[in-house]
Amino acid sequence: MVPPVSSREFEASFAEIHPPLGPHEAIAEATRCLYCFDAPCTNACPTHIDVPRFIKKIATGNLTGSAFAILDANILGLSCSRVCPVNVLCEGACVLHRYHKRPIEIGRLQRHAMDHFYARGLRLFEGERRRGRVACIGAGPASLACAAELRRQGLGVTVFDKRPLAGGLNTYGVAEYKLRPSDSLKEVELVRAMGVEFRLGVEVGREVSIEEIEKQFDIIFLGVGLGPTLPLGIPGENLAGVVDALRFIAGYKTNGGAYIGRRVAIVGGGNTAIDAAAASRRLGAEEVHLLYRRSEKEMPAFEHEVELARQQGIRFHWLTQPVAIHGGQEVEAIECVRMELGPPDQKGRRQPRPIEGSNFRLSCDMVIPSIGQSRLIEFLSQCRRLELRHGCVVADLETGRTANPRYFAAGDCVNGGREVVDSVAEGKRAAVGIGKAIEELHG
Amino acid sequence: MADLTTRFAGIQSPNPFWLASGPPANCGDQVMRAFDAGWGGAVWKTIGEPIVNVSSRYSSIDWSGQRMMGLNNIELITDRPIETNFREISEVKKRYPRHAVIASLMVESKRETWHDIVRRAEDSGADGLELNFGCPHGMSERGMGSAVGQVPEYTTLITGWVKEVARTPVLIKLTPNISDIRTIARAARLGDADGLSAINTINSITGIDLDSFMPRPDVAGLSSHGGYCGPAVKPIALHLVQQISSDPEVRLPVSGIGGIATWRDAAEFLLLGCTSLQVCTAVMHYGFRIVEDMIEGLSNWMDEKGFRGLEDFRGLSLPRVVDWGALDLNYKIVARIDPALCIGCDLCYIACWDGAHQCIHIEGVPTPERLLEQSRDRIARTPLVPRVDTSTTPALRIPRVDEQECVGCNLCWLVCPVEGCITMERIDTGRPAETWHERITRGTR
Repeated sequence: MVPPVSSREFEASFAEIHPPLGPHEAIAEATRCLYCFDAPCTNACPTHIDVPRFIKKIATGNLTGSAFAILDANILGLSCSRVCPVNVLCEGACVLHRYHKRPIEIGRLQRHAMDHFYARGLRLFEGERRRGRVACIGAGPASLACAAELRRQGLGVTVFDKRPLAGGLNTYGVAEYKLRPSDSLKEVELVRAMGVEFRLGVEVGREVSIEEIEKQFDIIFLGVGLGPTLPLGIPGENLAGVVDALRFIAGYKTNGGAYIGRRVAIVGGGNTAIDAAAASRRLGAEEVHLLYRRSEKEMPAFEHEVELARQQGIRFHWLTQPVAIHGGQEVEAIECVRMELGPPDQKGRRQPRPIEGSNFRLSCDMVIPSIGQSRLIEFLSQCRRLELRHGCVVADLETGRTANPRYFAAGDCVNGGREVVDSVAEGKRAAVGIGKAIEELHG
Repeated sequence: MADLTTRFAGIQSPNPFWLASGPPANCGDQVMRAFDAGWGGAVWKTIGEPIVNVSSRYSSIDWSGQRMMGLNNIELITDRPIETNFREISEVKKRYPRHAVIASLMVESKRETWHDIVRRAEDSGADGLELNFGCPHGMSERGMGSAVGQVPEYTTLITGWVKEVARTPVLIKLTPNISDIRTIARAARLGDADGLSAINTINSITGIDLDSFMPRPDVAGLSSHGGYCGPAVKPIALHLVQQISSDPEVRLPVSGIGGIATWRDAAEFLLLGCTSLQVCTAVMHYGFRIVEDMIEGLSNWMDEKGFRGLEDFRGLSLPRVVDWGALDLNYKIVARIDPALCIGCDLCYIACWDGAHQCIHIEGVPTPERLLEQSRDRIARTPLVPRVDTSTTPALRIPRVDEQECVGCNLCWLVCPVEGCITMERIDTGRPAETWHERITRGTR
């Protein structure tokens, strides 16, 4: 094991990968924007931020107006400006691509306006108080977006979360060099200042029962996200040195560092696996191996993330599946089998299958499984008359309505795990749906 | 290689690029360094009784990330003694006999005073004189500069005084701050001037600081209108140069001034009849070195066009500027959008709808408002945004021109950010050319 890095080293190795723009840089970049009509970038944003509108306001020096234009559409404009995969969303849609020019740096411009907003301590206004109370379960992006929109409508909102801090994965689960907890918490404070009540450290279904909540509130919004990282289901998984990716990330973020192995094996091919791999390097691991059972082409992680990881010296092992973790008390090696891709299945995805006798051992002292999150089936089953499919809540993506008219849901617990911006969009839409439902209830 | 040799009312220079009377031509050292860099001539910073300047003196307009698109100054004429300036002119002429040095002059409106300064200027060896009747700030409050150049009678009178004693060519520098610049150009001609310089700076206030409410430039909490120059004024200068170049009563060589920063600008002034060119702001921005590309670029362009000397194309575009009433009313062009080049910004669409004639359309959408509404709906209904393909423009983002309705105004082509995507193409109206003048004559409006 490598001892934790000093706080200064931590700061340095987790420096933001997209540093802020200076005031002149921002104006120069904003000025490059063509100000497209019915802009493709806006159309590519799940929350439908009017991108040219906020960018032109930066160009004229109306940063406050710019920030409000963003927050109008996306209450988590600050975290989205840092964590959004902009090159497959707004920046990917920029028309300048088709003119062989660099797209506008929409993400960094958005951050510029958001940083101004928070530096000025500006606040948003809530709507005129009207009858109706909503409980939001989970304090992640979907719930925050829903709660803010509900306050705009003047409805009473209480947010419950079992963790001591709100923000969900924005606070606990995003790579530190993309988003810091302090920034995520600024957004929480913004939502709180809109009149949202937070009950943190309270697990619904344990400290407070679902029935109790149903009694106190007109509508229950589920923004609970997903459960812990799925186990690998192989021998040796409970040896010391096996830490799942989400726990690992939350740990180093909360503590400003963590013990890390000298040779770390990450298992999985998603963006979280990449985040865990990159963090391992930054924390001082000498070798970081990423094991994925399919080939690079099938990897669910974004291309640009994979490229970044490669530049940091992460070693990729394609078509490799762990079968056992070996060691006495602690991890000493991971045993893998080589895979090959079979013919495409019904979904067109080629299924991997092991090549017999190809087992090999990779020596390592830490294993980080990152093969996706479990579903919160146990909790969701406590909510009456909800329809579940593959462990996810079945909800109308336009309105957040579920099979039970008193329950609405959005975010990862509905979509199975997507971007922060998707959760914000769905949470916001659900709030509109809830507003209509409450209108029907109370008139 | 093209020959750039210039002869302006008898003043010779190796090329048409002269420093205009201003800060870059303030002293002998500057002018000699400019000549070393390639400048063909220099009009000395205006000489007269030395003045006291204020601080600060300049302010500017930035545009789209570019600094100093327009420059404003409240600096007066030279603040150095008359004899120092003339001594340095002698020195420069001795060392650079082939280059043109023109003394810009401004003194109080007395015949003897003008006679005296003209003699001293010519004794110093200056190749010509430029009478500064154009300075719009400060000096005009003292009855000089544009106070003279705004009154035809004064212009004729003082030009006449100077011509009584001058042995070298006399240029009159014209102010644009007048309703018809031709009246002053004609007055100069009447006074027997040998040439004109146009334009001097335009009255301006460049802007106001929104924190202090202080107009710029700030002189101890107060400001004063200044003279505007730089790239922003070029179109105004081109128009005024055309006005005097094409006036049958003027018939004097013109030294073009006003926002010239590149060989392209230079070629445009020459095409509108100028014989030499004067540059100030661009030098103040980037230094004397810019002349290298001006010379080379102009020369290469002339080679390409088959022009051996400046006279081969001087004034070539003048006959193309006519009264509106002489334009063909039956000529029609329409916009055509090349779908292969269109990047789908839809700027032409909204420009045509909001700023022109509502003849560019997005297929199947009646109004811009409806288009935005549809997009909002689509986003609200499409929870999972598909990954975007950046290589081709979606057909629904490529606007279509209604050629029946298109009036051929050029606006869409002007706003289109893509070179060659929108072209304005001629449509045969089947009607013979006919001008407004002709219609009036025939009595059929």
